[in-house]
Amino acid sequence: MTVFIIRRLLQALLVVVLMSVIVFFGVNIVGDPVYMLVSPDADQDDIAAAIARLGLDRPIWEQYLLFLKGALQGDLGNSFIFGEPALQLIMHHMPATMELAFTALMLAIVIGIPLGLYAGLYSESPLSKGIMAGSILGFSLPTFWVGLMLIMLFAVELGWVPATGRGDTATFLGIQSSLFTPDGLSHIFLPALNLALLKISLAIRLTRAGVREALGQDYVKYARAKGLTTRRIIFVHVMKNIMIPVVTVMGLEFGSLIGFSVVTETIFAWPGMGKLLIDAILQLDRPVVVAYLMIIVLFFIVINLIVDILYSLLDPRVRLQDQGA
Amino acid sequence: MTAVLDVSGLKTHFFTHAGVVKAVDGVDFAVSKGEIMGLVGESGSGKSITGFSILGLIDPPGRIVEGAIRFNGEDIANAPEERLQRLRGNRISMIFQDPMMTLNPVLRIDTQMIEAILAHEKIDRKSAWERSRDALGLVGIPSPEERLRAYPHQLSGGMRQRVAIATAFLNKPDLIIADEPTTALDVTIQAQIIHEAQKLTRQTGTAMIWITHDLAVVAGLADKISVMYAGRIVEQGGTDDVIDHPLHPYTVGLLGSVPTANQRGARLFQIEGMTPNMLALPQGCAFGPRCRARTAACATQPAISDVARRRLRCFNPQALAEVQE
Repeated sequence: MTVFIIRRLLQALLVVVLMSVIVFFGVNIVGDPVYMLVSPDADQDDIAAAIARLGLDRPIWEQYLLFLKGALQGDLGNSFIFGEPALQLIMHHMPATMELAFTALMLAIVIGIPLGLYAGLYSESPLSKGIMAGSILGFSLPTFWVGLMLIMLFAVELGWVPATGRGDTATFLGIQSSLFTPDGLSHIFLPALNLALLKISLAIRLTRAGVREALGQDYVKYARAKGLTTRRIIFVHVMKNIMIPVVTVMGLEFGSLIGFSVVTETIFAWPGMGKLLIDAILQLDRPVVVAYLMIIVLFFIVINLIVDILYSLLDPRVRLQDQGA
Repeated sequence: MTAVLDVSGLKTHFFTHAGVVKAVDGVDFAVSKGEIMGLVGESGSGKSITGFSILGLIDPPGRIVEGAIRFNGEDIANAPEERLQRLRGNRISMIFQDPMMTLNPVLRIDTQMIEAILAHEKIDRKSAWERSRDALGLVGIPSPEERLRAYPHQLSGGMRQRVAIATAFLNKPDLIIADEPTTALDVTIQAQIIHEAQKLTRQTGTAMIWITHDLAVVAGLADKISVMYAGRIVEQGGTDDVIDHPLHPYTVGLLGSVPTANQRGARLFQIEGMTPNMLALPQGCAFGPRCRARTAACATQPAISDVARRRLRCFNPQALAEVQE
């Protein structure tokens, strides 16, 4: 296991370096941020001074090496717009995104898995067919449209929950989050649901497919032949098997929940990293964009690692191979 | 001696879109305490379905349409699920064909054995664990404590089948249905498994139905043999009678197909044709089209009758005169 983790960390390092090259050069091709920053009546000297101040007068490879040098010391550059360190800016917005993604993941698990289980066990019932039809809608309707519809229905027409913003936060166990106040919960409900919709559908389909496959397996018939209760067969024999793909996929999807929260955060004016990214892109705030992408890459790497470890905990067959490695 | 199991007129049909498949179509046999009956036939002859019918493990679109399955005097054909569940794995156990597929890959051996005990008895886990360990010892598994902690993939095929046999005997059942338990194993292991099973039935007085396509296997194991063809029993009698003097042309053909040492170099005998399509059985005797002894009489379905110490479904018994003298 230790060898496995060390090898994975080395691979991760390579991925981070490669990503930094792609991201840094990619972002530097697009637009010229200087004209966004200087006042409209600035003359050539002012512009030249601004370029020099941002370090944009140097060759791009030199800019990259400088960036790399800073990055090794935990400095991903300063935001052009705010003048603050980009990393600090992102960290400031991160809790809001994390709580949103986490809530969405929980919704996907709590709603998706039971529905998928039902649809898999009673695949012929009208309710199951309804669930499956619903999951197709969840897959195909665009997030921004569903978000607007949710606001229309729950916030405007019914007035049950607020449409935008993050609401009050409270600190619990050292974590400051809106999940700990009633006001915060009412604010997070709509954006989390919107973000979760796709993942709920995914969980339903994965679970259903897993259940349908497992029910046809000999080990289920054998478990029945042993006289076990249906309850034990489903919740121990079947569930333990289908949890392997479900945990793998849902774990990996957590990364995409963070990454794709951009749209949802924009619609619901949720003050998270996604909103920050969109603003940074619009204002050509290169250091923030680069820093954001680097952080997302790190997230994906860490999540993949955790999923791999979880996977080996769930599947004894994988565990054995690891010991051999 | 009263029969542990008395099956009479059993019909299990599958109602598919393409038509009704009469997988088991009027099967009679009885097994007494401590007796081993070989149920022999080709793939698709209905022998496994007969086994599953006894346990009530026939899933839609199949169901038992007629007949009685008297187990210790109680008719359990179409008995309520709760009643069957109490019998399964407790009074009637089953051993499946492929030990690679029947043990749940993500549960340890101890979990899978202990649950078979706890499903039927209120005892503490420790006693259940001890009983599982002793059962593994009885089927010749070395260091059973260690094996109990293993996952199925860590055991060989023969070892897994021993686990399945030990599990089948855990609750000291009155009847064990073994569905081709040695087919997936190589010949040396096969002999050991047969030996273990035979030893245990003798020791415990458990009745056993050994389902197989291999007459050679049951020749040395069973007390009596029922030969099935296309859902019906065509010949039934004591093992010595059936093996030494087969009367039904199909039994003759099956015996002729068994390779033996004294026909070295000779071309192996083969029954012509293929097992019939169960959706379109021929008129009259189902074996008719493949039969070498076919006469005009075979255009009608032969009834089962008592001939020379056995039950036979044929108009033209082979070598009958020889047997009757």
